[in-house]
Amino acid sequence: MKATLKVNGRTTTIDVEPRKTLLDALRDDLGLVGSHAGCEHGVCGACTVLLDGDPVRSCLIFAVQADGYEITTIEGLAPAPGELSVVQDAFCETHGLQCGYCTPGMILTGHALLQRNPDPSRDDIVDAISGNICRCTGYGQIVEAIEFAADRLRKANAPRDLTGSDANQPHVDPAAATDAPQQGVLEAAEADTPHGGRS
Amino acid sequence: MKPAPFDYVRPDSVAHACELLAADEDARLIAGGQTLVPMLAMRLARPAVLIDIYRLPELSGIRLEGDALVIGATTRQMHAERSKQVADSLPLLARALPWVGHLPTRTRGTVGGSVANADPSAEIPLVAVTLGAQIDITNPDGASSMPADDFFIGPMLTSVMPGDCVTAVRFPIWQQAHVGTGFHEVSARKSDFAFVAAAAQVALDDDGRCIAAALGIGGVGDRAIRLDVDGLIGERADSAKLRDIVAAATTVLEPTSDLHATADYRMRVAVTLGTRALQDAMADARGDARPNSGHHA
Ligand code: FES
Ligand code: FES
Repeated sequence: MKATLKVNGRTTTIDVEPRKTLLDALRDDLGLVGSHAGCEHGVCGACTVLLDGDPVRSCLIFAVQADGYEITTIEGLAPAPGELSVVQDAFCETHGLQCGYCTPGMILTGHALLQRNPDPSRDDIVDAISGNICRCTGYGQIVEAIEFAADRLRKANAPRDLTGSDANQPHVDPAAATDAPQQGVLEAAEADTPHGGRS
Repeated sequence: MKPAPFDYVRPDSVAHACELLAADEDARLIAGGQTLVPMLAMRLARPAVLIDIYRLPELSGIRLEGDALVIGATTRQMHAERSKQVADSLPLLARALPWVGHLPTRTRGTVGGSVANADPSAEIPLVAVTLGAQIDITNPDGASSMPADDFFIGPMLTSVMPGDCVTAVRFPIWQQAHVGTGFHEVSARKSDFAFVAAAAQVALDDDGRCIAAALGIGGVGDRAIRLDVDGLIGERADSAKLRDIVAAATTVLEPTSDLHATADYRMRVAVTLGTRALQDAMADARGDARPNSGHHA
């Protein structure tokens, strides 16, 4: 049976048995093996993909049912080859993964949460990932990764406070305009300190 | 591939779906598939044909009809959860929906699917029984409707006959000025099957006296049960009688023991959660700060 899937912006028609799950079609027919097969009956979340932006378990939908949706897999998150999305990068920074088996599902779930709720509480994050099982990390660093990504995304495009009076707001040091580094590029952490860490 | 082979059809109307369903006793309907697909994967179900009704426009959507909010069978749980209409006129359902499965299963799981599946610990059937909802059914002979209390007959058992398709759930809307709700659940992990769930809705008059009360308990017996709490009529939120009324009402429950919880434990928790749900509902109806309803054992 034919199934037309739009995955990460690209439309492909494949010929599959009706009993083939979207998960198996992504992995076997499209070669997108970033979606992981864990339990294959809907309890672990390793196979999570986004359907029109909302997380679903790709082992609980057949490929022949998935036409007409915008399907996003972990392969579709990175902004460009060799780069990482903010959420992906946050998982690296906070050691939000060990074996990595749950990670694509966790990242997509976190990504979907931040699309709807840019300022989630810790409880919101825990609730969002409650359907995803991780056997390695103990979850702490995964929650931290999503908090960290949320913080970065909020600050990325926020109007900046020029006085630096609110420690929770991104701010620019007014001297930065005249203080461009002589050579090289400042580390992000350095750039946040007055005068780029130079007195 | 884990499921056994099947044919897949997508009918273009409910009538067509019912025809296909009646024509083949090994055919099954599929909508969100959040319960059926795991059963297929474990080969607990081996239908010859899956009839996919998920995208039939006539089955989806939320609309007001008289004193009822009618939720189409294939309306996604996620959409009901985000619906302003549900929040405004069915606060009890709005309160229960976040407890249904997990977000990634609510994304595809449907309101009618949860009803048709009739899990004794499921939240949507509990709300349907508590509020006295009507279940709309279509079969090749036409459409009919039956009260939730007659619809659910046991664990995963309903009165639907072969060839029947659940098309909508009609939840009555309470019109009183001060309506409040409460919902409590105990499970092993967030969104796991409830050992006990309690759903309560009350209406108070302007003096804060109860004029209507409904309490339902799920997870305890073989289906959700609405208890008789009419003893509350005329009482106030701080009534000392509340727990006694609930304790007396729960004697009709027939709890079972399993690996997770003994019958005795379920009974005690039912009284406690039932009392709390009613207290919350009273406080909510008086406009007190929103109570919180989270518990995990
Ligand atoms: S593989 Fe899909 S939920 Fe486990
Ligand atoms: S990192 Fe190993 S399962 Fe989560």
